[in-house]
Amino acid sequence: MPPETTSERSESDVSSAIFKDTELTLGLPGEARSPALAGSRNCTKRGFIETVDLNLGSSTSKPRGKTLADEDDNSENIVTGAGKAPAAKAQVVGWPPVRSFRKKALEGSKYVKVAVDGAPYLRKVDLETYDSYQELLKAFEKMFTCFTIRDNYLGERKVVDPMKEMEYVPTYEDKDGDWMLVGDVPWKMFRESCKRIHLKKSSEAVGLAPRSTLPPSTT
Amino acid sequence: MDPKRKKDCHDSGESTRVASTFPDEVLERVLALVKSHKDRSSVSLVCKDWYDAERWSRTHVFIGNCYSVSPEIVVRRFPNVRSVTLKGKPRFSDFNLVPPNWGADIRCWLVVFAAKYRCLEELRLKRMTVSDESLEFLALSFPNFKALSLHSCDGFSTDGLAAIATHCKNLTELNIQENDIYDKSGCWLSCFPENFTSLEVLNFAYLNNDVNFEALERLVSRCKSLNVLKVNKNITLEQLQRLLICAPKLTELGTGSFLPELTDRQYSELKRSFSICSNLNVLSGLSEATALYLPALYPACTNLTFLNLSDAALQSEEFAKLLVHCPRLRRLWVLDTVEDKGLEAVGSNCPLLEELRVFPSDPYEEGIVHGVTESGFIAVSYGCRRLHYVLYFCRQMTNAAVETIVQNCPDFTHFRLCIMTPCQPDYRTNEPMDKAFCAVVKTCTKLRRLAVSGLLTDMTFEYIGKYAKNLETLSVAFAGSSDWGMQCVLGGCRKLRKLEIRDCPFGNAALLSGFEKYESMRSLWMSDCKVTMNGCRFLAKEMPRLNVEVMKEDGSDDSQADKVYVYRSVAGPRRDAPPFVLTL
Repeated sequence: MPPETTSERSESDVSSAIFKDTELTLGLPGEARSPALAGSRNCTKRGFIETVDLNLGSSTSKPRGKTLADEDDNSENIVTGAGKAPAAKAQVVGWPPVRSFRKKALEGSKYVKVAVDGAPYLRKVDLETYDSYQELLKAFEKMFTCFTIRDNYLGERKVVDPMKEMEYVPTYEDKDGDWMLVGDVPWKMFRESCKRIHLKKSSEAVGLAPRSTLPPSTT
Repeated sequence: MDPKRKKDCHDSGESTRVASTFPDEVLERVLALVKSHKDRSSVSLVCKDWYDAERWSRTHVFIGNCYSVSPEIVVRRFPNVRSVTLKGKPRFSDFNLVPPNWGADIRCWLVVFAAKYRCLEELRLKRMTVSDESLEFLALSFPNFKALSLHSCDGFSTDGLAAIATHCKNLTELNIQENDIYDKSGCWLSCFPENFTSLEVLNFAYLNNDVNFEALERLVSRCKSLNVLKVNKNITLEQLQRLLICAPKLTELGTGSFLPELTDRQYSELKRSFSICSNLNVLSGLSEATALYLPALYPACTNLTFLNLSDAALQSEEFAKLLVHCPRLRRLWVLDTVEDKGLEAVGSNCPLLEELRVFPSDPYEEGIVHGVTESGFIAVSYGCRRLHYVLYFCRQMTNAAVETIVQNCPDFTHFRLCIMTPCQPDYRTNEPMDKAFCAVVKTCTKLRRLAVSGLLTDMTFEYIGKYAKNLETLSVAFAGSSDWGMQCVLGGCRKLRKLEIRDCPFGNAALLSGFEKYESMRSLWMSDCKVTMNGCRFLAKEMPRLNVEVMKEDGSDDSQADKVYVYRSVAGPRRDAPPFVLTL
């Protein structure tokens, strides 16, 4: 329960009021000095695009007791929070509070999920540990032991399950959220932009022909 | 120290009579046994004789803010100091909120110490600027110098370390932790003379360059008392194994890279080396560790009390398997790659756990990362009832979860929760996270340190002010609704020493409500709040024993005080303030 501090409260209200009166601020005289408005005035300098107007509607979120500022604020004033929430995904200096040496330590790994049609569990691979598509596909071979990597007659590497006679097409989701075919772009570019991998069942039946002697077109 | 004795002396007011029955030498001998600096401060306040006895017998001095006192004052009061701990920049400098060249340079301290503390043996610095010249000066000025610990310091390179290695003949500890250093080359390690054998602690885990491995191996072999060794990522598993053979008595080990490059025979040799290390209490490093070679560690884990996996992006499966072998764990640092499942394993395997830190592997969301949620934290709280220190980075949290957690673990002394998106509400109810922190302060009566996050109104701060009577450190970001919040904290938290605030709607009324309180605190930091230059000037005028410093950001309003740092000082305003620090 928030404390009953009416007497303390009025004292701080007074000093708060005095201070607000003497404070040099930008604005027309007599302008209401509610936190929400004040917040929006100050908000722009660091590129915070808008104040967050949280219309929470629940009575528990309303601060008990009123300060002078709240009394001025006669709108739907519920909770404006800090009034300074940055736009989603905007990078704020020093936030989250992670030490820079720690950030450097983490730069060495990039784990992405790998899903295979029909398999009950997903796996994760660290793309940083591979230097080429070849190595990645080999890792899939190890992980999903039912697979072998075959070259088909076009020289494309395909992930194949010879037992089930299924062919899998390696696809990935890139930074834009689009699903792409693995292998089109240089390895490093792929590693940068890949967010997750999905080995999709191909509608083509697998050819059980022996490996093609053509060199792989993707590296 | 017998408190009753202190009280008698004070109450009787007859200090001369007491002194005649209690010779100074005896008093000094007794006081020499008092180690805690807080106790020593209390002792020094009893009477003049005790003040004098205490100052003559003090050998270690702790200075939490290097600008609160001058080196001259320190050496005048304490003539026999052999060990100094100094902290410099405000903590938010860790997160780039303090511009470079702000200050906290060790140089002026070293000059005074070189004159007055010839017998200086230990120097422990945190967030200070230390140049190579300073390190060389240190190495040459103190013939008995034994222990150097640099934590989060900047300004030096490996050249400075070379000077230490070359000249400090009696060095027992070289601890280079988490610093921003210019790593020129690994040669510094080769500078230890061949007849140098006194090293007990060597930590260079966060240096980036290769060191001369043969020199390191020889150093480790001849330093028979070495019990702490933390190497950097460039030391391979094979090299590590060779080092372990030279130093089987290690109690703390930081491995290099754990990337597998071993033959079967090498792997079994490694496993055997680890099984000889039965004294290990602390293990860290393990960068790039994978499931494949972690089992080599298992024999060394039986007596582990502190496991630091914050450099190892482990997945839940291999992490859980490792934990089975660590039943005595009291402190655990991990990355959130272990996810909730990994934390469930913590709850199941580590009943003695007292401290848990979960760091974010992808703080800027550059990939798709799950991290940990409230479930992981709840699981730990059910299994680890002795938990009293937590640092938890997550992307979602609920009030109900925190309420459950503190009910399970009411003994929290340090509760630092970081919900990584600013102003995020309870994701299930969409309410502010007020109830969560209300539960924390109400239930955890021993709470000394609190960091809050998520969407918070003034209610959180009302509760903190009302219930957190032992709170010493509070960190606040993107929270609160009005000045009232900060006023509650300043008015209610009797033991508050450090208050750091960023991006909150607290203005001059809040700042000024605490002006008498700041003299009993170490410092106040407020950045990107609503404090104005006038408010700061008013504070500076009313409280001459406070230093009120303002840093303005480019392009900001003239009247805004963007970054405010207020601290008590007996040394007056800084004389070394750079142009961007305005002392009011």
